[in-house]
Amino acid sequence: MKKLMNGNSACAEAAVLSGCTCYFGYPITPQNELGEYMAKRLSEVPGGVFIQSESEIAAINMVLGASVVGARAMTSSSSPGISLKQEGISYLAADELPAVIVNMSRGGPGMGNISPAQSDYFQATRGGGHGDYRTIVLAPSSVQEIADLMPLAFDLADHYRNPVVVLSDGMLGQMMEPVSFDGIKRGKDYVKDYILTGADGRPSRMIRSLLFDVKEEEEHNWKLFRKFQRMEQNEVRFETLLTEDADMIVVAYGTGARIARGAIKRLRQEQLKVGLIRPITLWPFPKKAIQQAAAQVSDFFVFEMNTGQMVEDVRLALQGRGRVHFYGRPGGVIPTPVELFRIISRHYYQSVRGKKE
Amino acid sequence: MKKVYARPRLLKEAHFHYCPGCGHAIVTRLLAEVVEEMELGGKAICVAPAGCGMLVYNYFDFDTLESAHGRGAAVATGIKRVRPDNLVFSYQGDGDLAAIGTAESFHAANRGEPISIIFVNNGVYGMTGGQMAPTSLLAQVTTTSPQGRTSKREGHPVKMCEVLAVLQGTSYLERVAVNKPAAILKTKKAIAKSFEHQLKKTGFSMVEILSPCPTNWKMSPLDACTWIEEVMAAEFPLGVVKEVPC
Repeated sequence: MKKLMNGNSACAEAAVLSGCTCYFGYPITPQNELGEYMAKRLSEVPGGVFIQSESEIAAINMVLGASVVGARAMTSSSSPGISLKQEGISYLAADELPAVIVNMSRGGPGMGNISPAQSDYFQATRGGGHGDYRTIVLAPSSVQEIADLMPLAFDLADHYRNPVVVLSDGMLGQMMEPVSFDGIKRGKDYVKDYILTGADGRPSRMIRSLLFDVKEEEEHNWKLFRKFQRMEQNEVRFETLLTEDADMIVVAYGTGARIARGAIKRLRQEQLKVGLIRPITLWPFPKKAIQQAAAQVSDFFVFEMNTGQMVEDVRLALQGRGRVHFYGRPGGVIPTPVELFRIISRHYYQSVRGKKE
Repeated sequence: MKKVYARPRLLKEAHFHYCPGCGHAIVTRLLAEVVEEMELGGKAICVAPAGCGMLVYNYFDFDTLESAHGRGAAVATGIKRVRPDNLVFSYQGDGDLAAIGTAESFHAANRGEPISIIFVNNGVYGMTGGQMAPTSLLAQVTTTSPQGRTSKREGHPVKMCEVLAVLQGTSYLERVAVNKPAAILKTKKAIAKSFEHQLKKTGFSMVEILSPCPTNWKMSPLDACTWIEEVMAAEFPLGVVKEVPC
């Protein structure tokens, strides 16, 4: 059965169905429905914990506390609040503790505004906080996909013992769409032999990230690096649309990819052979998919609701083997498919048709 | 020969990193003793701070976790809400608790989280080399108040027990010291009482411990203990600041 729900509430419901029992957060637009939903919903869950914390910093540290004793814990926020959480995310990564962090991002930098934007891509995909670490970043493109990705987010966090970021935006958070929770349930149970429960009948445990010995700290960094390499090998997710016969491939994610779909529909009606690669994991980035596409296509068009961030990953993937076009609208502007259609068709005629003729 | 003292069973066989005459060593040992005597070793989870106390996890033989600087009360909140039957205490210094972590401490206290904070107040940032702390006394010379702290420039020392006492979520707040044997025994009793309050879930409790830092005070250990008695305790009066029935 489908329900009409906004993305924030759907995210919360799917998290609870995925086994999340602890939510800690601080109000910030455009994701308030998420915390509000959790305040009510977690009161019905055995062992459910909801705290409206005094700050984003407190929230992420409460998540760390709940995670260290084995609970599935999450927090959510929007761009400025996510900046405040970065300290805690760095500690979670260093301590190898699972957690899910949802960012319903908005226009930035600074206070920015409350309109949807994709300007937190760098922060999300490069770790975000201090130190040498990464977080898996999932980028849903519909309310249904927000719900679908939540069990995966918690499973990946537990499997790798690493924070997982769900990077969406105010558009998907606020927008209502029909959503089904039929397939959304908790995955397998993870053996957590590292958690703190009290040293009752077992040796005491210690969880820390301070390693004064530089050799130990170096090995810890390499150990984390090897884990990030495994994520890069195993966790890349993306979707393609009409790439088989394409002369030009659009790379876009999240809300941007939805706008791109509309634009591509119009482009196809005009007989312009344009396809889409939509990264679902922004990190690890689907660079192989882009490299393989470069065997037949030399023009890649990156569309983002920012001034150009993912475009750098596309260039890195291509290593100079294709032409990279870019169109971005930062600051919370939501371009229409018609606007994007016009821009893409201009680039298409100049580059692809120009080459053919 | 009669055995009059032994290393607490819950203290690992490790050398303390603390400087000679440092009060942390006494507090660390007292905590291990109290947890052992109350038979809570299988239930205790200690949240360690950033600062001189951060390495307590090298010494306690029960579950320990490192917290980011100042976030002990928030981390302890997350732990305690999920596992209410564990003994959860956060070990924090003055910079950790009363400067960078003021918000976390204040709001955990206000929510009445049934956790214990062991607050070591030595009036100085020890680990970073003796900078001014929120609890440094007026006229106290530190590396960042070289002319001595003034109320106009740096404000007055923060009295956390008194600040938290006005919050209805707090159930037990006592200020003690570790500068002489009688005071140390009182400190031990205060720690035990804080744990009793936690086990009975009366609310948030904190034991503030005036503790010598001879290295950064640039005093001999003996002079540091006298200074607590004559100067520090005049600004930070010892005794129970608040206690609700347990």
